[in-house]
Amino acid sequence: MTDSNRKVLIDPLVDNNPVLLQVLGICSALAVTTSLLPALLMCVALTSVTTLANGTISSIRHHIPNNIRIIVQMTIIASFVILVDQILRAYAFETSKQLSVFVGLIITNCIVLGRAEAFAMKNNVRMSLLDGLGNGLGYSVILIIVATFRELLGAGTLFGSQILPLVSDGGWYPANGLMLLPPSAFFIIGLLIWAVRTWKPKQVEHADYQIHEVHRTEVL
Amino acid sequence: MVDYINLFIKAAFVENLALSFFLGMCTFLAISKRVDTAIGLGLAVVVVQFITVPLNYLIFNFLLKDGALAWAGINDVDLSFLGLVSYIGVIAALVQILEMTLDRFFPALYNALGIFLPLITVNCAILGGTLFMVERQYDFGESVVFGLGSGFGWAIALIGLAGIREKLKYSDVPDGLQGLGITFIIVGLMSLGFMGFSGIQL
Repeated sequence: MTDSNRKVLIDPLVDNNPVLLQVLGICSALAVTTSLLPALLMCVALTSVTTLANGTISSIRHHIPNNIRIIVQMTIIASFVILVDQILRAYAFETSKQLSVFVGLIITNCIVLGRAEAFAMKNNVRMSLLDGLGNGLGYSVILIIVATFRELLGAGTLFGSQILPLVSDGGWYPANGLMLLPPSAFFIIGLLIWAVRTWKPKQVEHADYQIHEVHRTEVL
Repeated sequence: MVDYINLFIKAAFVENLALSFFLGMCTFLAISKRVDTAIGLGLAVVVVQFITVPLNYLIFNFLLKDGALAWAGINDVDLSFLGLVSYIGVIAALVQILEMTLDRFFPALYNALGIFLPLITVNCAILGGTLFMVERQYDFGESVVFGLGSGFGWAIALIGLAGIREKLKYSDVPDGLQGLGITFIIVGLMSLGFMGFSGIQL
């Protein structure tokens, strides 16, 4: 694997993460993270849609008229999402019920459309496939971290099996109900951003205004 | 009538699309830096949501649902797997039509909404509203009210966040949290606030 190929694949994991840095695809990311299993299924669904859609769009990029490209991209993405949705319903019916509308919402997930528009329209099929895979994995990493925290701290379980014995069952861990509610997902992502940006200071956003410290002597 | 009011309040506050279902988050975070643009986008979402949910209701019930084509004499056809493509097509087409109509007849409103209209096509709150309508099997009246309520709730949350972010200029945020990080924390706190509505029995 050449260097540029590896860069396309690895970059979206931390250095240019679609969720943490580009603010893409958060919509469906948070709702499915109350437990690990649906989150994992969602990751697989999204990664395959991004990869396939990127590849397909890239392969016909010279034939798409510029002014209707969004509609063409949407149609391709929607077809793949329907495919994934039908497969999930056939083989993982219970979990797909839990994911409810969120599989369908992959269509409007900005990662898929964003990568199609920004990368697949300009690069060859091989690179586009890798880029789709990389961004799908970048999204998956965040989803899995958030889901692990929420399921472990909220219910004391991972993949449904008990890790921390709950007080209600005679154990020592008092379940944190907030973790299963929507606000905790926002807090975890916020803290995750803080952690990543402390580790990689290059990603820090600078405010477009500045706090000006005025010393008492200046005022006088 | 009371049912409709209950549904409106439930859609707007208790089950707020942005704060409890995380829908439309991308736009929600990107367009919440100033109150006036937030009001413009909020208005656009209310209008589009109000029209698309009932419209998709009609399409689902008269074209796609199992046996829905009975009026055309075709009884055993189930096209519901075409749902996603049809809904997104309806939304894209409707946004386009709305843009042209506003441009022709209400130029002032068109200028106010400006660039936000095309953005709405990829706003998951719109598609999400339609999908919830299908999943929860609302009837026509309910889908009108649900469309209006959920759009309204999304707009309120957006304008609220924009107001807070405007005031945020005066705070001294740690470097790593600056920008996106602190916005997430604020949205989390707002969502915590909106959860207070979930105690309302409807």
